[in-house]
Amino acid sequence: MKPVLEVQHVGKKFSIRRSGGYLSLRERLSTGLFRGKESHEDFWALDDVSFNVAEGESLGIIGRNGAGKSTLLKVLSKITPPTKGKIIIRGRIASLLEVGTGFHPELTGRENVFFNGSLLGMRRNEIQSKFDEIVDFSGVEKFLETPLKHYSSGMQLRLAFSVAAFLEPEILVIDEVLAVGDAAFQRKCMGKMEEVSKSGRTILFVSHNMAAIRSLCTRAVYLQNGSVKLIGDAYSTTEAYFNEAEVSDDGTNGVYDFGNTKGLVRKAEVMCDERLSSILYMGCALRIKVHFEHTSSIEYPVLGIIIKDRNGAPILGINNKHYHGSVVEKPVSKGAVELLIPSLPLFSGIYHVDLHFGDRFQDLQVKRDCLTLHVEPASFSSGELPDPNLNRIFIKEAEWSFTN
Amino acid sequence: MNEVKESVIDADRRSLFDWLELWRYRELFYFFTWRDIKIKYKQTVLGFLWAILQPLLLMTIFTLFFGRALNIPSQSLPYPVFVFSGLLLWNCFSSGLTNASNSMVNNALIIKKIYFPRLVIPVSSILAALFDLTMSLLIFIALLVIYRVDVSPAAIWCWPAAIVLLIIATLGPGCLLAALNVKYRDFRYVIPFLVQVIFFLTPVIYPVTFLKYQSLQYVLAANPVYAAIELFRLPITTDHELQMTWLTISIVSGFVFLAIGLVYFKSTEEYFADFA
Repeated sequence: MKPVLEVQHVGKKFSIRRSGGYLSLRERLSTGLFRGKESHEDFWALDDVSFNVAEGESLGIIGRNGAGKSTLLKVLSKITPPTKGKIIIRGRIASLLEVGTGFHPELTGRENVFFNGSLLGMRRNEIQSKFDEIVDFSGVEKFLETPLKHYSSGMQLRLAFSVAAFLEPEILVIDEVLAVGDAAFQRKCMGKMEEVSKSGRTILFVSHNMAAIRSLCTRAVYLQNGSVKLIGDAYSTTEAYFNEAEVSDDGTNGVYDFGNTKGLVRKAEVMCDERLSSILYMGCALRIKVHFEHTSSIEYPVLGIIIKDRNGAPILGINNKHYHGSVVEKPVSKGAVELLIPSLPLFSGIYHVDLHFGDRFQDLQVKRDCLTLHVEPASFSSGELPDPNLNRIFIKEAEWSFTN
Repeated sequence: MNEVKESVIDADRRSLFDWLELWRYRELFYFFTWRDIKIKYKQTVLGFLWAILQPLLLMTIFTLFFGRALNIPSQSLPYPVFVFSGLLLWNCFSSGLTNASNSMVNNALIIKKIYFPRLVIPVSSILAALFDLTMSLLIFIALLVIYRVDVSPAAIWCWPAAIVLLIIATLGPGCLLAALNVKYRDFRYVIPFLVQVIFFLTPVIYPVTFLKYQSLQYVLAANPVYAAIELFRLPITTDHELQMTWLTISIVSGFVFLAIGLVYFKSTEEYFADFA
């Protein structure tokens, strides 16, 4: 039997304009008239990517930030055309790069279900016949006639996922939509996804959560710098991803320069006991300093730091909003926000860090897995560490006493 | 698996028009139009009233200044009826054109996350503007009754024909501007000015015969809205002869713009997600 999806030597080139930002007519007219060619750099987001997916298979797509995962999904979903290569799709394909696409705050829950469903490719009578099930799954039946703007974000999300869950394509392409919502709802979603994959449909699933990839997918593709680094069974591919991530981040010496072309987070520095290093010790003083520069000034910069274990499961998420509020007295457009944890409570192991940078209302930039922390066993006061099999966190100072 | 549809995304081979696909997505035209209308009327307190009030107010102003003060001729019609019959179509054209121009940028978030034929967006935003037209058509009929204007029953086919021409006249420039607006973000500053200019080049507040220079009349005829308005006024005027040459020029110009608009839109369509 022919594979349901054949990706053959696909490449996608982006031209990055040196000046950045959108094209403008004014600029176009002046360059066209006086200078001829505009300066830009070519960048291959995908380079000679090939793989096949068999019917009923669930394929995970993994890779670090900027490896080309999202671009691959966009090319597969026909949102953007490939520059090279060919893709053959056998069957109805639906992609969920986001839940709740096209949700409008002024429309009611019911209206949004219909509009969103139709965007996802459902027929009107198909939505009608599944409407009750969708509403039932979402648990927002009481608010169906209420405009979406009065919904909590959790309710919006549940409604959005519910519409998506009732899609019945032969091939389903999903981008990390599960990384949101409360734990109970996430479990519900994972359950639904397993159900979908067991029902014989083909799934392509992009995630940073290796545990999710392992439990959902049979095979995985590991992308690196736009090319396929490895294709294989989900377990060994994710394992390779971990190992690679561990090696590639040595030698940063705690300084992560993100360049100044993309986004507002420019650089991050990791310090252990006041020395720049990405190798830390349990219980050391951890300092993470994030340099940013923005086009407009930010009144209330918020730096959120999420530390995740090697399976991608978050174990610590903190931001300055929760602690002492704003770190600035007047609006700033550049500077550095710094977090100091006097005694690092992580047990030895490898941890990945997501940085969220924003103002008090929203994230302006999210950088996933952009820092790697190698936590080494510390010299503990007794000379003998607590049992690593029992401990996931590390408490350096504890007081013991005795009464009788 | 029964009857598998195979689709191919090939970097080296791209089709310009896929009518079959547009047909498959026909429901989306309905949903986008429906959403645009809903949102528009939910956001304004005056809602439907505004759709009626706006042309009526404009009619009053134009009647006072151009009809009374400047004494602009209005064929055989009372000036308010004359100007309203033009405004009716003009409003539909200008709001359709403006909506379509901004539609791609306004829906950028959707475009970046999901695939469907992009043509659905500008076309639906123009169809949504037709909804206002039906509102003001009711007022128009009331005006005909109030001013006791005779309607020639044999020529009544001109009304739907005029509306079809109007849609064609809006589609071409609408798609063109929508595509340009995605590519060049400062293009939106040009649009209100452009609409203003076309307004004076459209025989809304004056009849074409009012112009003294024949060359200017040809310029006017190149405007695709011209045919729609002329045709629309045909059933209610008595002393007016259709200028077949001008009418033909205007209709052909409408189709030429349509072709240009569609081809330009389609040729840039697939890169919208990268630009937006």
